Amino acid sequence: MSIAIRTAIAAVIALALAPAAQAHRSWLAPSATVLSGAEPWVTVDGAISNTLFYPDHVAMRLDGLKAVGPDGAPVPIQNGSTGKYRSTFDLQLKTPGTYKISNASDGMSASYKLGGETRRWRGSATDFATAIPKEATEVQASSNSRRVETFVTSGAPSTGALKVTGKGLELEPISHPNDLVVSEKARFKLLADGKPAAGVEVEVVLGATRYRAKGQEFKVKTGADGVFEVTWPEPGMYWIEASARGQDPSGMARNFGYAATFEVLPD
Amino acid sequence: MRAMKYPTLFAAFTGVATLPSAAGAADLAVSVEIPRLSVAEYHRPYVALWIEGPDEAAVKTLAVWYNGKLAKNEGASWLKDMRTWWRRAGRSMTLPADGVSGPTKAPGKQQLVFTAQQMTGVAPGQYNLVVEAAREVGGREVVRVPFAWPAKPGARPSTAAGITELGAISVTPKP
Repeated sequence: MSIAIRTAIAAVIALALAPAAQAHRSWLAPSATVLSGAEPWVTVDGAISNTLFYPDHVAMRLDGLKAVGPDGAPVPIQNGSTGKYRSTFDLQLKTPGTYKISNASDGMSASYKLGGETRRWRGSATDFATAIPKEATEVQASSNSRRVETFVTSGAPSTGALKVTGKGLELEPISHPNDLVVSEKARFKLLADGKPAAGVEVEVVLGATRYRAKGQEFKVKTGADGVFEVTWPEPGMYWIEASARGQDPSGMARNFGYAATFEVLPD
Repeated sequence: MRAMKYPTLFAAFTGVATLPSAAGAADLAVSVEIPRLSVAEYHRPYVALWIEGPDEAAVKTLAVWYNGKLAKNEGASWLKDMRTWWRRAGRSMTLPADGVSGPTKAPGKQQLVFTAQQMTGVAPGQYNLVVEAAREVGGREVVRVPFAWPAKPGARPSTAAGITELGAISVTPKP
Protein backbone atom coordinates (compact mmCIF):
# COMPACT_ATOMS: atom_id res chain seq x y z
CA MET A 1 0.00 0.00 0.00
CA SER A 2 1.51 3.28 -1.07
CA ILE A 3 1.94 6.06 1.40
CA ALA A 4 -0.38 8.23 -0.65
CA ILE A 5 -3.20 5.71 -0.44
CA ARG A 6 -2.61 5.11 3.24
CA THR A 7 -2.69 8.82 3.88
CA ALA A 8 -5.88 9.07 1.87
CA ILE A 9 -7.50 6.27 3.86
CA ALA A 10 -6.36 7.83 7.12
CA ALA A 11 -7.82 11.12 6.00
CA VAL A 12 -11.15 9.52 5.18
CA ILE A 13 -11.24 7.79 8.56
CA ALA A 14 -10.25 11.00 10.31
CA LEU A 15 -13.02 12.84 8.50
CA ALA A 16 -15.57 10.23 9.49
CA LEU A 17 -14.48 10.39 13.12
CA ALA A 18 -14.00 14.11 13.19
CA PRO A 19 -17.24 15.16 14.87
CA ALA A 20 -16.81 12.75 17.76
CA ALA A 21 -13.08 12.43 18.29
CA GLN A 22 -11.95 15.98 17.81
CA ALA A 23 -14.99 18.05 18.51
CA HIS A 24 -14.29 21.71 18.46
CA ARG A 25 -16.86 23.08 20.79
CA SER A 26 -18.71 26.33 20.32
CA TRP A 27 -19.53 27.99 23.58
CA LEU A 28 -20.81 31.10 25.30
CA ALA A 29 -19.59 31.53 28.86
CA PRO A 30 -21.33 34.16 31.00
CA SER A 31 -19.49 35.73 33.94
CA ALA A 32 -22.53 34.99 36.14
CA THR A 33 -25.89 33.35 35.58
CA VAL A 34 -27.66 34.34 38.81
CA LEU A 35 -27.66 38.03 39.62
CA SER A 36 -29.22 40.40 42.15
CA GLY A 37 -29.46 44.14 42.56
CA ALA A 38 -30.60 46.86 40.23
CA GLU A 39 -29.80 46.55 36.51
CA PRO A 40 -26.77 44.25 36.86
CA TRP A 41 -24.33 43.56 34.02
CA VAL A 42 -22.93 40.31 32.73
CA THR A 43 -19.97 39.88 30.45
CA VAL A 44 -19.89 36.90 28.14
CA ASP A 45 -17.06 35.13 26.32
CA GLY A 46 -17.68 33.31 23.06
CA ALA A 47 -15.19 30.92 21.53
CA ILE A 48 -14.63 27.63 19.79
CA SER A 49 -12.19 25.30 21.49
CA ASN A 50 -11.74 21.71 22.60
CA THR A 51 -11.42 22.31 26.31
CA LEU A 52 -14.20 24.05 28.17
CA PHE A 53 -14.21 26.93 28.87
CA TYR A 54 -10.68 27.85 27.80
CA PRO A 55 -10.44 29.98 24.68
CA ASP A 56 -7.41 28.54 22.91
CA HIS A 57 -8.49 27.88 19.35
CA VAL A 58 -10.61 30.47 17.57
CA ALA A 59 -12.95 33.28 18.58
CA MET A 60 -16.68 32.94 18.04
CA ARG A 61 -17.97 35.28 15.37
CA LEU A 62 -20.61 37.60 16.74
CA ASP A 63 -22.59 38.08 13.50
CA GLY A 64 -25.56 35.93 14.48
CA LEU A 65 -25.59 36.96 18.13
CA LYS A 66 -28.89 37.99 19.70
CA ALA A 67 -30.20 38.49 23.20
CA VAL A 68 -33.81 38.60 24.29
CA GLY A 69 -35.10 39.91 27.59
CA PRO A 70 -37.80 38.74 30.01
CA ASP A 71 -40.55 40.19 27.78
CA GLY A 72 -39.20 38.35 24.73
CA ALA A 73 -38.00 41.60 23.10
CA PRO A 74 -34.41 42.05 21.85
CA VAL A 75 -31.82 43.45 24.24
CA PRO A 76 -28.76 45.27 22.89
CA ILE A 77 -25.40 43.50 22.87
CA GLN A 78 -22.83 46.00 24.13
CA ASN A 79 -19.05 46.37 23.91
CA GLY A 80 -18.71 43.46 21.50
CA SER A 81 -15.18 42.70 20.44
CA THR A 82 -13.43 39.81 18.76
CA GLY A 83 -9.88 38.87 19.64
CA LYS A 84 -7.59 36.11 18.56
CA TYR A 85 -9.06 33.39 20.75
CA ARG A 86 -12.34 34.73 22.00
CA SER A 87 -15.04 37.26 21.46
CA THR A 88 -16.47 39.13 24.38
CA PHE A 89 -19.53 41.30 24.92
CA ASP A 90 -21.66 42.75 27.69
CA LEU A 91 -25.32 42.71 28.46
CA GLN A 92 -27.18 44.86 30.95
CA LEU A 93 -30.15 43.22 32.62
CA LYS A 94 -32.33 46.29 32.96
CA THR A 95 -35.47 44.45 34.01
CA PRO A 96 -35.63 41.49 36.41
CA GLY A 97 -36.08 38.05 34.88
CA THR A 98 -34.37 35.66 32.50
CA TYR A 99 -32.44 36.58 29.35
CA LYS A 100 -31.57 34.23 26.51
CA ILE A 101 -28.38 34.84 24.56
CA SER A 102 -28.06 32.91 21.33
CA ASN A 103 -25.83 32.78 18.30
CA ALA A 104 -27.75 31.10 15.51
CA SER A 105 -26.68 30.54 11.95
CA ASP A 106 -28.42 29.11 8.92
CA GLY A 107 -26.70 28.15 5.73
CA MET A 108 -26.68 25.74 2.85
CA SER A 109 -24.14 23.43 1.36
CA ALA A 110 -24.28 21.52 -1.88
CA SER A 111 -22.24 19.22 -4.03
CA TYR A 112 -22.74 18.71 -7.73
CA LYS A 113 -21.04 17.43 -10.85
CA LEU A 114 -19.98 19.71 -13.63
CA GLY A 115 -18.02 18.38 -16.60
CA GLY A 116 -17.21 15.19 -14.74
CA GLU A 117 -15.83 17.05 -11.76
CA THR A 118 -17.36 17.10 -8.30
CA ARG A 119 -17.75 20.59 -6.91
CA ARG A 120 -18.82 21.89 -3.56
CA TRP A 121 -20.60 25.04 -2.58
CA ARG A 122 -21.43 26.73 0.69
CA GLY A 123 -23.53 29.82 1.21
CA SER A 124 -26.83 31.29 2.19
CA ALA A 125 -30.24 29.95 1.21
CA THR A 126 -30.96 33.07 -0.85
CA ASP A 127 -27.80 32.58 -2.93
CA PHE A 128 -28.47 28.89 -3.51
CA ALA A 129 -30.85 29.36 -6.44
CA THR A 130 -28.24 31.19 -8.49
CA ALA A 131 -25.09 29.53 -7.18
CA ILE A 132 -25.44 26.17 -8.88
CA PRO A 133 -24.84 26.21 -12.65
CA LYS A 134 -27.77 25.11 -14.81
CA GLU A 135 -25.69 22.35 -16.42
CA ALA A 136 -24.82 20.80 -13.04
CA THR A 137 -25.87 17.22 -12.41
CA GLU A 138 -26.22 15.09 -9.27
CA VAL A 139 -26.95 18.15 -7.18
CA GLN A 140 -27.12 17.25 -3.50
CA ALA A 141 -28.01 20.11 -1.25
CA SER A 142 -28.56 20.36 2.46
CA SER A 143 -29.36 23.17 4.82
CA ASN A 144 -27.47 23.58 8.06
CA SER A 145 -28.78 25.21 11.16
CA ARG A 146 -26.63 25.76 14.24
CA ARG A 147 -27.42 27.43 17.51
CA VAL A 148 -25.30 28.19 20.59
CA GLU A 149 -27.01 29.56 23.68
CA THR A 150 -26.75 30.53 27.28
CA PHE A 151 -29.08 32.04 29.87
CA VAL A 152 -28.74 34.60 32.65
CA THR A 153 -31.23 35.77 35.26
CA SER A 154 -31.57 38.88 37.38
CA GLY A 155 -33.83 38.26 40.39
CA ALA A 156 -36.43 35.52 40.00
CA PRO A 157 -36.27 33.31 36.89
CA SER A 158 -38.92 33.96 34.23
CA THR A 159 -39.97 32.21 31.04
CA GLY A 160 -40.74 35.01 28.56
CA ALA A 161 -37.29 34.77 26.94
CA LEU A 162 -37.35 31.00 26.63
CA LYS A 163 -39.84 30.77 23.77
CA VAL A 164 -38.49 28.81 20.83
CA THR A 165 -38.45 30.17 17.29
CA GLY A 166 -39.44 26.90 15.59
CA LYS A 167 -36.29 27.07 13.47
CA GLY A 168 -33.33 24.73 13.82
CA LEU A 169 -32.56 22.59 16.84
CA GLU A 170 -33.73 24.29 20.01
CA LEU A 171 -34.10 23.69 23.69
CA GLU A 172 -37.45 24.07 25.38
CA PRO A 173 -36.72 24.14 29.09
CA ILE A 174 -38.83 22.08 31.46
CA SER A 175 -36.38 22.75 34.29
CA HIS A 176 -35.46 26.42 34.28
CA PRO A 177 -31.90 26.83 32.92
CA ASN A 178 -31.00 29.31 35.68
CA ASP A 179 -32.50 27.27 38.50
CA LEU A 180 -30.24 24.21 38.36
CA VAL A 181 -28.77 22.67 41.49
CA VAL A 182 -26.73 19.53 41.83
CA SER A 183 -29.29 17.71 43.98
CA GLU A 184 -32.08 17.99 41.41
CA LYS A 185 -32.38 16.27 38.05
CA ALA A 186 -32.95 18.61 35.14
CA ARG A 187 -35.30 17.97 32.22
CA PHE A 188 -35.32 19.70 28.86
CA LYS A 189 -37.05 19.14 25.56
CA LEU A 190 -35.19 19.21 22.27
CA LEU A 191 -37.07 20.46 19.23
CA ALA A 192 -36.02 20.25 15.57
CA ASP A 193 -37.79 22.93 13.53
CA GLY A 194 -40.36 23.08 16.32
CA LYS A 195 -41.06 19.34 16.49
CA PRO A 196 -39.82 16.95 19.21
CA ALA A 197 -36.35 15.62 18.32
CA ALA A 198 -36.63 11.96 19.29
CA GLY A 199 -33.71 9.62 19.94
CA VAL A 200 -31.07 12.35 19.74
CA GLU A 201 -27.88 11.93 21.75
CA VAL A 202 -27.04 14.85 23.99
CA GLU A 203 -23.49 15.21 25.21
CA VAL A 204 -23.01 16.74 28.64
CA VAL A 205 -19.56 18.09 29.53
CA LEU A 206 -18.39 19.75 32.74
CA GLY A 207 -16.04 22.70 32.27
CA ALA A 208 -12.88 23.62 34.19
CA THR A 209 -11.17 20.35 33.34
CA ARG A 210 -7.66 21.78 33.36
CA TYR A 211 -7.00 20.84 36.96
CA ARG A 212 -8.51 17.38 36.85
CA ALA A 213 -7.05 14.08 35.77
CA LYS A 214 -10.31 13.15 34.15
CA GLY A 215 -13.15 15.32 32.94
CA GLN A 216 -16.84 14.69 33.47
CA GLU A 217 -18.44 13.79 30.15
CA PHE A 218 -21.45 11.65 29.43
CA LYS A 219 -24.31 11.22 27.01
CA VAL A 220 -28.05 11.05 27.43
CA LYS A 221 -30.71 10.43 24.81
CA THR A 222 -33.99 12.17 24.10
CA GLY A 223 -37.19 10.12 24.31
CA ALA A 224 -39.97 9.98 21.72
CA ASP A 225 -41.23 13.30 23.09
CA GLY A 226 -37.80 14.93 22.64
CA VAL A 227 -37.30 15.13 26.41
CA PHE A 228 -33.97 14.32 28.04
CA GLU A 229 -32.96 14.25 31.67
CA VAL A 230 -29.62 15.14 33.21
CA THR A 231 -28.27 14.20 36.63
CA TRP A 232 -25.45 16.61 37.39
CA PRO A 233 -22.53 14.80 39.02
CA GLU A 234 -21.23 17.96 40.69
CA PRO A 235 -21.71 21.73 40.63
CA GLY A 236 -20.08 23.71 37.86
CA MET A 237 -20.46 25.26 34.44
CA TYR A 238 -21.74 22.66 31.99
CA TRP A 239 -21.88 22.55 28.22
CA ILE A 240 -24.37 20.41 26.36
CA GLU A 241 -24.35 19.62 22.67
CA ALA A 242 -26.65 17.76 20.31
CA SER A 243 -26.77 17.25 16.59
CA ALA A 244 -29.49 15.76 14.44
CA ARG A 245 -30.49 15.24 10.85
CA GLY A 246 -33.87 15.72 9.28
CA GLN A 247 -35.63 16.97 6.21
CA ASP A 248 -37.35 20.18 5.38
CA PRO A 249 -40.88 20.10 3.89
CA SER A 250 -39.41 19.94 0.36
CA GLY A 251 -37.44 16.82 1.31
CA MET A 252 -34.07 18.56 1.42
CA ALA A 253 -31.66 17.25 4.05
CA ARG A 254 -31.36 19.36 7.21
CA ASN A 255 -28.38 19.23 9.57
CA PHE A 256 -29.01 20.58 13.02
CA GLY A 257 -26.62 21.53 15.78
CA TYR A 258 -27.36 22.88 19.25
CA ALA A 259 -25.08 23.77 22.15
CA ALA A 260 -25.76 25.53 25.43
CA THR A 261 -23.99 26.50 28.62
CA PHE A 262 -25.65 26.01 32.02
CA GLU A 263 -24.44 26.76 35.49
CA VAL A 264 -25.27 24.14 38.11
CA LEU A 265 -24.97 25.40 41.68
CA PRO A 266 -24.27 23.53 44.88
CA ASP A 267 -27.30 23.16 47.16
CA MET B 1 -25.35 20.89 54.27
CA ARG B 2 -28.54 19.01 55.00
CA ALA B 3 -30.71 19.63 58.00
CA MET B 4 -29.26 18.28 61.23
CA LYS B 5 -31.14 15.50 62.87
CA TYR B 6 -33.82 16.90 65.11
CA PRO B 7 -32.58 16.76 68.67
CA THR B 8 -34.97 15.29 71.19
CA LEU B 9 -37.76 17.74 71.31
CA PHE B 10 -38.19 19.10 74.75
CA ALA B 11 -41.65 20.07 73.77
CA ALA B 12 -42.58 16.41 73.75
CA PHE B 13 -42.45 16.34 77.55
CA THR B 14 -45.09 18.95 77.76
CA GLY B 15 -47.26 17.52 75.07
CA VAL B 16 -50.31 17.37 77.32
CA ALA B 17 -49.87 20.88 78.64
CA THR B 18 -52.31 23.49 77.53
CA LEU B 19 -51.66 25.36 74.33
CA PRO B 20 -50.91 29.06 74.56
CA SER B 21 -54.16 30.65 75.58
CA ALA B 22 -54.06 33.50 73.15
CA ALA B 23 -53.00 32.44 69.71
CA GLY B 24 -50.76 35.17 68.43
CA ALA B 25 -49.17 35.99 71.76
CA ALA B 26 -46.11 33.87 71.12
CA ASP B 27 -42.63 35.14 70.25
CA LEU B 28 -39.59 33.52 68.71
CA ALA B 29 -36.39 34.48 70.46
CA VAL B 30 -33.24 33.96 68.42
CA SER B 31 -29.61 34.45 69.26
CA VAL B 32 -27.08 34.59 66.43
CA GLU B 33 -23.36 34.89 66.98
CA ILE B 34 -21.18 36.44 64.30
CA PRO B 35 -17.64 35.28 65.02
CA ARG B 36 -14.69 37.62 65.23
CA LEU B 37 -12.34 36.54 62.46
CA SER B 38 -8.65 37.20 62.18
CA VAL B 39 -8.32 37.90 58.48
CA ALA B 40 -6.41 40.50 56.50
CA GLU B 41 -9.49 41.98 54.88
CA TYR B 42 -12.67 41.79 56.92
CA HIS B 43 -16.14 42.80 55.83
CA ARG B 44 -19.22 42.15 57.92
CA PRO B 45 -21.17 39.24 56.50
CA TYR B 46 -24.49 39.45 54.74
CA VAL B 47 -26.88 37.31 56.80
CA ALA B 48 -30.34 35.94 56.10
CA LEU B 49 -32.62 34.25 58.66
CA TRP B 50 -35.60 32.33 57.46
CA ILE B 51 -38.06 29.66 58.50
CA GLU B 52 -37.96 26.44 56.54
CA GLY B 53 -40.67 23.79 56.44
CA PRO B 54 -40.05 20.02 56.47
CA ASP B 55 -39.96 20.06 52.65
CA GLU B 56 -37.13 22.65 52.78
CA ALA B 57 -39.43 25.29 51.29
CA ALA B 58 -39.00 28.76 52.75
CA VAL B 59 -42.03 29.65 54.83
CA LYS B 60 -40.95 33.14 55.81
CA THR B 61 -37.86 35.35 55.73
CA LEU B 62 -37.40 36.90 59.17
CA ALA B 63 -34.33 39.05 58.63
CA VAL B 64 -31.83 40.07 55.95
CA TRP B 65 -28.76 42.04 56.98
CA TYR B 66 -27.04 43.71 54.08
CA ASN B 67 -25.59 47.00 52.98
CA GLY B 68 -28.56 48.97 51.72
CA LYS B 69 -26.83 52.35 51.92
CA LEU B 70 -24.55 52.22 48.88
CA ALA B 71 -25.21 54.41 45.84
CA LYS B 72 -27.54 52.86 43.28
CA ASN B 73 -28.42 50.18 45.83
CA GLU B 74 -25.20 48.47 44.83
CA GLY B 75 -25.18 46.45 48.04
CA ALA B 76 -28.10 44.43 46.71
CA SER B 77 -25.89 42.96 44.00
CA TRP B 78 -24.34 40.59 46.56
CA LEU B 79 -27.62 39.34 48.00
CA LYS B 80 -27.37 36.40 45.60
CA ASP B 81 -24.24 35.23 47.43
CA MET B 82 -26.53 33.99 50.19
CA ARG B 83 -27.14 31.32 47.64
CA THR B 84 -29.53 29.03 49.45
CA TRP B 85 -31.72 31.84 50.72
CA TRP B 86 -31.58 33.57 47.35
CA ARG B 87 -32.96 30.52 45.55
CA ARG B 88 -35.55 29.64 48.17
CA ALA B 89 -36.85 33.10 48.99
CA GLY B 90 -34.67 36.14 48.28
CA ARG B 91 -35.01 36.30 44.53
CA SER B 92 -38.79 36.59 44.83
CA MET B 93 -38.69 39.36 47.44
CA THR B 94 -38.48 43.11 47.12
CA LEU B 95 -35.74 44.62 49.25
CA PRO B 96 -35.41 46.67 51.33
CA ALA B 97 -38.45 45.34 53.20
CA ASP B 98 -39.81 46.95 56.35
CA GLY B 99 -39.16 44.91 59.46
CA VAL B 100 -37.07 42.38 57.55
CA SER B 101 -34.00 44.09 56.08
CA GLY B 102 -31.44 45.89 58.15
CA PRO B 103 -27.76 46.80 58.18
CA THR B 104 -24.96 44.27 58.57
CA LYS B 105 -23.92 43.48 62.14
CA ALA B 106 -20.56 43.60 63.85
CA PRO B 107 -19.05 40.45 65.35
CA GLY B 108 -20.76 39.45 68.60
CA LYS B 109 -24.09 38.08 69.72
CA GLN B 110 -27.29 39.42 68.25
CA GLN B 111 -30.37 38.87 70.41
CA LEU B 112 -33.52 38.99 68.33
CA VAL B 113 -37.18 38.60 69.13
CA PHE B 114 -39.64 37.95 66.37
CA THR B 115 -43.07 38.91 67.55
CA ALA B 116 -46.31 37.05 66.99
CA GLN B 117 -47.07 39.57 64.30
CA GLN B 118 -43.81 38.80 62.52
CA MET B 119 -44.59 35.10 62.82
CA THR B 120 -47.96 35.53 61.12
CA GLY B 121 -48.53 32.83 58.55
CA VAL B 122 -46.38 30.22 60.30
CA ALA B 123 -48.81 27.35 60.88
CA PRO B 124 -48.30 25.03 63.88
CA GLY B 125 -45.65 22.46 63.11
CA GLN B 126 -41.97 21.54 63.00
CA TYR B 127 -39.56 23.95 61.36
CA ASN B 128 -35.94 24.86 60.95
CA LEU B 129 -34.66 28.31 61.55
CA VAL B 130 -32.04 28.69 58.84
CA VAL B 131 -29.21 31.19 59.12
CA GLU B 132 -27.01 31.81 56.11
CA ALA B 133 -23.97 34.08 56.15
CA ALA B 134 -21.90 35.16 53.13
CA ARG B 135 -18.88 37.40 53.52
CA GLU B 136 -17.10 39.48 50.90
CA VAL B 137 -13.68 37.94 50.19
CA GLY B 138 -14.73 35.30 52.70
CA GLY B 139 -16.83 32.19 52.88
CA ARG B 140 -20.44 31.16 53.14
CA GLU B 141 -22.15 29.01 55.74
CA VAL B 142 -25.66 27.72 56.41
CA VAL B 143 -26.79 26.57 59.86
CA ARG B 144 -30.17 25.01 60.63
CA VAL B 145 -31.80 24.95 64.06
CA PRO B 146 -34.97 22.89 64.49
CA PHE B 147 -37.88 24.18 66.53
CA ALA B 148 -41.58 23.54 67.07
CA TRP B 149 -44.13 26.30 66.59
CA PRO B 150 -46.03 27.55 68.47
CA ALA B 151 -44.14 27.14 71.72
CA LYS B 152 -45.25 24.75 74.37
CA PRO B 153 -44.87 26.03 77.94
CA GLY B 154 -41.42 25.30 79.26
CA ALA B 155 -39.90 24.82 75.81
CA ARG B 156 -36.14 25.09 76.02
CA PRO B 157 -33.79 26.56 73.44
CA SER B 158 -32.66 24.52 70.45
CA THR B 159 -29.08 25.22 69.60
CA ALA B 160 -26.60 24.68 66.80
CA ALA B 161 -23.33 26.29 65.81
CA GLY B 162 -21.52 27.20 62.65
CA ILE B 163 -17.88 26.38 62.01
CA THR B 164 -16.52 29.13 59.80
CA GLU B 165 -18.82 32.10 59.22
CA LEU B 166 -21.31 31.69 62.06
CA GLY B 167 -21.00 31.02 65.77
CA ALA B 168 -23.58 29.67 68.24
CA ILE B 169 -27.23 29.99 67.29
CA SER B 170 -30.14 29.33 69.60
CA VAL B 171 -33.87 29.42 69.01
CA THR B 172 -36.39 29.68 71.82
CA PRO B 173 -40.10 29.71 71.02
CA LYS B 174 -41.87 31.54 73.83
CA PRO B 175 -45.52 30.97 74.69
